[in-house]
Amino acid sequence: MLTIENLKAAAGDKEILKGLDLQVNAGEVHAIMGPNGSGKSSLAHILAGREGLDVTGGSVSFNGNDLLELEPEERAAVGVFLAFQYPVELPGVNNTHFLKEALNAQRRNRGEEELDSVAFMKLVREKMELVSMKPELLKRQVNAGFSGGEKKRNEILQLTLFEPRLAILDETDSGLDIDALRTVSKGVNAVRSEERAIILVTHYQRLLDYIEPDFVHVLADGRIIRSGDKTLALELEKKGYNWITDSEAA
Amino acid sequence: MSNATELAEFTEREYEYGFVTDIEADSAPPGLNEDVIRQISGRKSEPEWLLEYRLKAFAHWQQMETPEWSSVHHPPIDFQKISYFAAPRKKDGPKSLDEVDPELLRTYEKLGIPLDEQKALAGVAVDAVFDSVSVATTFRKQLAEAGVIFCSISEAAQEYPDLLRKYLGSVVPHTDNFYAALNAAVFTDGTFVYVPKGVRCPMELSTYFRINASNTGQFERTLIIADDNSYVSYLEGCTAPMRDENQLHAAVVELIAMEDAEIKYSTVQNWYPGDEHGVGGIYNFVTKRGDCRGDRSHISWTQVETGSAITWKYPSCILRGDDSVGEFYSVAVTRGRQQADTGTKMIHIGRNTTSTIISKGISAAEGQQSYRGLVRIAGKAENARNYTQCDSLLIGDRCGAHTYPYIEVKNPSAKLEHEATTSKISDDQLFYCRSRGLSEEDAISLIVNGFCKEIFNELPMEFAVEAQKLLSVSLEGAVG
Repeated sequence: MLTIENLKAAAGDKEILKGLDLQVNAGEVHAIMGPNGSGKSSLAHILAGREGLDVTGGSVSFNGNDLLELEPEERAAVGVFLAFQYPVELPGVNNTHFLKEALNAQRRNRGEEELDSVAFMKLVREKMELVSMKPELLKRQVNAGFSGGEKKRNEILQLTLFEPRLAILDETDSGLDIDALRTVSKGVNAVRSEERAIILVTHYQRLLDYIEPDFVHVLADGRIIRSGDKTLALELEKKGYNWITDSEAA
Repeated sequence: MSNATELAEFTEREYEYGFVTDIEADSAPPGLNEDVIRQISGRKSEPEWLLEYRLKAFAHWQQMETPEWSSVHHPPIDFQKISYFAAPRKKDGPKSLDEVDPELLRTYEKLGIPLDEQKALAGVAVDAVFDSVSVATTFRKQLAEAGVIFCSISEAAQEYPDLLRKYLGSVVPHTDNFYAALNAAVFTDGTFVYVPKGVRCPMELSTYFRINASNTGQFERTLIIADDNSYVSYLEGCTAPMRDENQLHAAVVELIAMEDAEIKYSTVQNWYPGDEHGVGGIYNFVTKRGDCRGDRSHISWTQVETGSAITWKYPSCILRGDDSVGEFYSVAVTRGRQQADTGTKMIHIGRNTTSTIISKGISAAEGQQSYRGLVRIAGKAENARNYTQCDSLLIGDRCGAHTYPYIEVKNPSAKLEHEATTSKISDDQLFYCRSRGLSEEDAISLIVNGFCKEIFNELPMEFAVEAQKLLSVSLEGAVG
């Protein structure tokens, strides 16, 4: 599904990714862990098409598309979804309206029929139950005045609503209490399926107690320096990142 | 796409409504003197008092200087190069749409003004002003049954001279300001509305203005009187075809609300803003003022200003009656080289008077805009209240927003609040929207419409939809 080969990227003069390889197949859940500043979030944003991060080499192929050639909205339409670490506030923009416009823009782009208001409301209500979101949040402005937990739930609501082929969760667990973490995980597990892949970018093993990954990768200094199964995360939790980064250096 | 190319594309967008209707105009030669004014008045067979009023205004105007206090910049206007009268050829007014020049109707069609049965179903009466003379009026009969007078100012001069004489210039005197004095001298046509006591006007009244003939100044005069305990909602919409030379539009609008009466006045203005170099475009220098003359009267101005090279207007309320209410809701968009200096004046004279000002300014490309507002609480205005909110939204980094609020309070019981914000559409917001599948233009439109929502809520339904569409069109490609 997703093949990243020798990906290099920079922000201004600063090299962020220095030749990253990653293969993600449909049905798999990959956790990407690593110390602060290792390039985890940058990788997530590059995949979603953020401007200001320059890809200087390598390739990213997604279901036969050259992902790097696509505009962010085209990536959304082909099924790439990024759950933001810091979801952005859109003052004045009604949340329901936003979700409906976004979903229909994706559908339009794929040549699918748009949902009318009735069909959309039915769908969104179903999905909201899944993430235990209060119905009032639909009437509010997009993320404006939301608590940290509400913002993350709103991201997961979008994940369940858009049903992307590849979901990238950028530190979705940060700033969540245990209850919110459980709800968010429930939403993610609910979309887990044979045709969908999930990349979890996280600092902590904690999230992986709720969403069990098939693969764990350690990203350090712009490269994946070790890959393994979920036991790698447990080991990291015990020994810290230095355990690997030092051994790599040695 | 880079910022620069996007912005360039955006500023190079052609004006969608830029076409010229090929109708021979019956124009007066350029120039302004007493003879021209006598000619204007004579053609309309105006009563003697009206000619005297015009001449008095002209004499006063000649003593006045062009105002220079606002933030707008333009080369000096040669008032002798302007033709002060242009009317479609047809001499006698048409009795029905069938008699209207088909070329005119096609023009309106291109503008999407449905001057036909569709509009009838929508329940809107249209008094279409083409250049300076009304060419079609619908629903006159239905309104007449309710006792509402809705006609052109010229007709009012013939048929309701007493009403016209009583109220004309009673809110905006001919000495008020340079452009108001000019208008009083040379106004060619406009709309007259009188809603009698106790009548709720059965439909929204609507006027579309157009400026068509080259080098023709348009001097509209609008007078709306809502007598005791009556209600009227008036919609004004404007688009104009493309011209290379700047065209002057100096209108005067007067509203009078008597006891317990309410007037809602809504404007969507989309005149030609000029090309990417700032050439051409309408100079929109307008004096709009409402007089809450009676106790518990209510006047509300709502405007969406997206067009014109220069907009200079301050729809205001004089809150004379006790417990009267004045409101000003505004969205102004400047892009390309557009300039806008707009705002309001709320003059509190009566007791327990309340005013609300909500102004939303959006600047893109090299657009410049100023909010200029005055809230004055007179000595006898016990318990006056004002709430003012001025929000500016910047798109790109070459535009500007300026706020000049003036507050004069002469009564210690007054309560005033003023809030102001300036924000910019951030790259983060755009990326967030785009990563959800929205195109950049849709994202901007979504954010801008969210920013303006409070104002659009004040517009009548069909106008709100039009305003949103207009806003999206005017901001296409505004950000890189």
